[in-house]
Amino acid sequence: MNFGPRMKGQSRETQLFTRRVIVASVGMLVLIGMLIARLVYLQLLSHDHYTTLSLENRLRVLPIAPTRGLVYSRDGVLLADNRTSFMLEVVPEKVEDLEQAIGRLRQFITLDDDQLARFRAELKQRRRFDTIPLKNNLTEQEVAVFSVNRQHFPGFNIAGRLSRYYPLGSQTAALVGYVGRINEEELKRIDPAAYAGTTHIGKEGIEKSYEDVLHGTAGYQQVEVNAEGRVLRVVERSPPIPGRDLHLSLDTRLQAAAIDSLQGRTGAIVALEPATGAVLAFVSNPSFDPNEFVNGISARLYQSLRDSPERPLFNRALQGLYPPGSTVKPMMAAGGIETGLRQAGDRTYCPGFYRLPKVSHKYRCWQKAGHGSVDLVRSLAESCDVYYYDLAKDLGIDRMHALLTDFGLGVKTGIDLPGELTGLVPSREWKQRTRKQPWYPGETLVNGIGQGFMLTTPLQLAYAASVIANRGQKLSPRVVATIEDPAAGTRLAIEPHHLGAVAITKPEAWTAIVNGMHEVVQGARGTARATAVGATYQYAGKTGTAQLFGIKQNATLKNEDIAKHLRDHALFIAFAPLEQPRLALGIIVENGESGSKAAAPIARTLFDTWFRLEGVLDAPG
Amino acid sequence: MRLGRSGNLLVDLHIDAPLVGGALLLCAVGLSVLYSASDHSLEVVGKQAARMALGFASMIAIAQLSPLRLARWSPVIYAIGMVLLIATAIVGTGRGAHRWLELGPLRFQPSEIMKLAVPLTVAWFLSDKLLPPRLSLVAAALLLVAVPGGFIIEQPDLGTAILVMAAGLLVLFFAGISWRLIGLVVAVCVVLAPIGWFTMHDYQRQRIITLLDPSADPLGAGYHIIQATIAVGSGGWSGKGWLNGTQSHLEFLPERATDFIFAVYCEEFGLLGVLVLLAAYLLVLIRGITIAMNAQDGFSRLIAASLVFTLFIYIFVNMGMVTGQLPVVGVPLPLISYGGTSLVTIMTGLGILMSIQTHRRFIVES
Repeated sequence: MNFGPRMKGQSRETQLFTRRVIVASVGMLVLIGMLIARLVYLQLLSHDHYTTLSLENRLRVLPIAPTRGLVYSRDGVLLADNRTSFMLEVVPEKVEDLEQAIGRLRQFITLDDDQLARFRAELKQRRRFDTIPLKNNLTEQEVAVFSVNRQHFPGFNIAGRLSRYYPLGSQTAALVGYVGRINEEELKRIDPAAYAGTTHIGKEGIEKSYEDVLHGTAGYQQVEVNAEGRVLRVVERSPPIPGRDLHLSLDTRLQAAAIDSLQGRTGAIVALEPATGAVLAFVSNPSFDPNEFVNGISARLYQSLRDSPERPLFNRALQGLYPPGSTVKPMMAAGGIETGLRQAGDRTYCPGFYRLPKVSHKYRCWQKAGHGSVDLVRSLAESCDVYYYDLAKDLGIDRMHALLTDFGLGVKTGIDLPGELTGLVPSREWKQRTRKQPWYPGETLVNGIGQGFMLTTPLQLAYAASVIANRGQKLSPRVVATIEDPAAGTRLAIEPHHLGAVAITKPEAWTAIVNGMHEVVQGARGTARATAVGATYQYAGKTGTAQLFGIKQNATLKNEDIAKHLRDHALFIAFAPLEQPRLALGIIVENGESGSKAAAPIARTLFDTWFRLEGVLDAPG
Repeated sequence: MRLGRSGNLLVDLHIDAPLVGGALLLCAVGLSVLYSASDHSLEVVGKQAARMALGFASMIAIAQLSPLRLARWSPVIYAIGMVLLIATAIVGTGRGAHRWLELGPLRFQPSEIMKLAVPLTVAWFLSDKLLPPRLSLVAAALLLVAVPGGFIIEQPDLGTAILVMAAGLLVLFFAGISWRLIGLVVAVCVVLAPIGWFTMHDYQRQRIITLLDPSADPLGAGYHIIQATIAVGSGGWSGKGWLNGTQSHLEFLPERATDFIFAVYCEEFGLLGVLVLLAAYLLVLIRGITIAMNAQDGFSRLIAASLVFTLFIYIFVNMGMVTGQLPVVGVPLPLISYGGTSLVTIMTGLGILMSIQTHRRFIVES
């Protein structure tokens, strides 16, 4: 083998390598020089500046969370309170033998392994003089027993902390909502400075929609700490500004009556004051205890609530979507008069079914035998379907869409609660967009009696009832009546939010439909006449039945043959008294089968209750 | 040539006294700063000491292998490292990033293996070629560097990726690739920099913005830099004294035991202490350079030089980051920061240097 060129190559490689190492070493020295220059600049030239900054760093700013505003009902009942809950805390450096002390403590206070594990984990991270929580939510008995034996436990202490409490629990959950621990998503949204020290935030209901009002403004205290971080003294204190209180328009007595009237049935009730839009009752049944959510609900309980077939967590009043059924008929009738297509006295013959020209399909009236010749008032009183099939055909879907939307169906009412659903009033454009199909004439008929595609929330039904009660004046539903600032002693009344009037300009239209709705309850042949017996005031209503189950042509089915969860929903809208109405209602009883039997009696009960509370009616002897 | 036992323990164990001495000195400094930075936690110090013992064991173990054997094993280690990197990309764990691989009780970052495997493999690849390498060889070597580098960037762990790729590129540099090529690469980088900016993760971009103007985000990303700078600057010439740093003890300084431990050191020992620390590092670095210069085969030379200057890059990147000259990339200070993985890697690298020094066939005393 000839090593000649390879050796030569190697020596050239060595030279090259040596040169590279020298270059790299020089580079290294330059970089070290830069580092030293930077350190000289920081540590010698700017030393005084940074010393000042480091001294200032001895001052620490600690946030003080504000007290959350309270929530009251119209009748002065506290709906959301801040209650002191007690927790046991330990300062490790003040305890001689921590394990032994905890062992003794367990005689008085139950501590499970989870709590102990969490405590030990925190013990490792925190400093010896920090206060570390051992157990939250002590019972009154535990507080008492510990207080008696406190002298045996130096370093242990009971601290009080405010926790949100809803005295009426499930009764007001659908409206008041609840607060819960701030989660990561909310953390991104909120201003960290405003929420420094705050652990909870509104998650549902007015707790959420009025979060800004209820929360208040965080305070700060500037404290001086020594070299170990111990607080030496408070240098400056800027107290927090507590959140403002809310006074709701809700009346707890009417609310309780509404819940009772459902007698445990699944459903929703919304009661509005027509003149102001004030929400007087707001029920979604069944409900849940919001207190369980405040400090974290147990997984097991949450699962049972979530998986319950009756869906207690579902806010039916705000988010439940139901076909409005015959409750749309008064609005249809008003549209018929306004457009000139009908006069109040015009009659339509009902043989028990309706047919479109050249179509064999029979659109059936609920009254198989037929109503005979009906005018507007009778069509409402007896809820004749044929009258409205014919009217719907004349109006056409475009005008129907505009009309019902004007009454607030298929649009958000703008209530001051989060999560309201829109519902649906179909249109040609909607059907083309979502189903890629043209509108068929038969669909106009079906939607004319509130079936088919139409979907409304109980809140929208109550709103529509209040619009009729107001003869067209639209006032946005409002839950909060007054915002009170207890610190400043000021009260801010929330003015009714007027949304204008429905485009029904002929007075006779209102007269006709109010008469018709009055006949429903207080006429000789009204569908709900049984419920008005003995009423000392005049009122108006309209029954509705939302079909869940399509019945085939020519088939007859009795309700007993249909499984309970497939039975029709019972609906009722109503207002009272006829002139200057003070209460408008939207009522749904799920699977209640018949609006007149299941929903209408509730209206009578609530009117009686409300007028008695207002002092218009005498208490029953 | 030396066979069998010499009777000298240091020689028998293939120990290079200056390297081991320098490493021990740095570890001692590390433990004392850590005691301060961890709020006097003997538990933390004990844990770190145990990792250091493991590091020394690894260092001495690797020194027993001859460079020839290391060269032969290099591609195998590289292949294993790549398999683990791919596995990490698929089943890895970590907060917001896939960096860790869990194998039973073991939990480690495969990217750490690559810090040694990449330069070893590039050195092995070039060792039997005529240097400076032809362009095709350079391209192949660049591929060896870029593939694992890409995987690590994707984790995403830009800091480690830069260190892994730097180690590999240094081998190429010492292999003598032409300055023109280096200039070309630098020029391409400058041109591509704006594109890199747009492909960066938001947090990486934020770090660069914050470096340029920490006061723009004093409570967020700029907080690290501002508080570290205050710690360093308030240390002054002689420091506040051991255990007396207020910045660190009052918990103003984040990551004070790990990536920002140098700030604690600067605060408590001042510029004087920093100069002493730099001297200790220089001892190790200069010894490493000497070993590289004395190395007798191509592989040893390339890997030795690469390891020494990679070590310097670690030191410079960490110190530059703490003193606000470089963006916060999450590189620990060698032998001083709390943490086991990078400590063992660095000690193993020093072991390779010892192997090169003590396995020379012709020992020429000058």
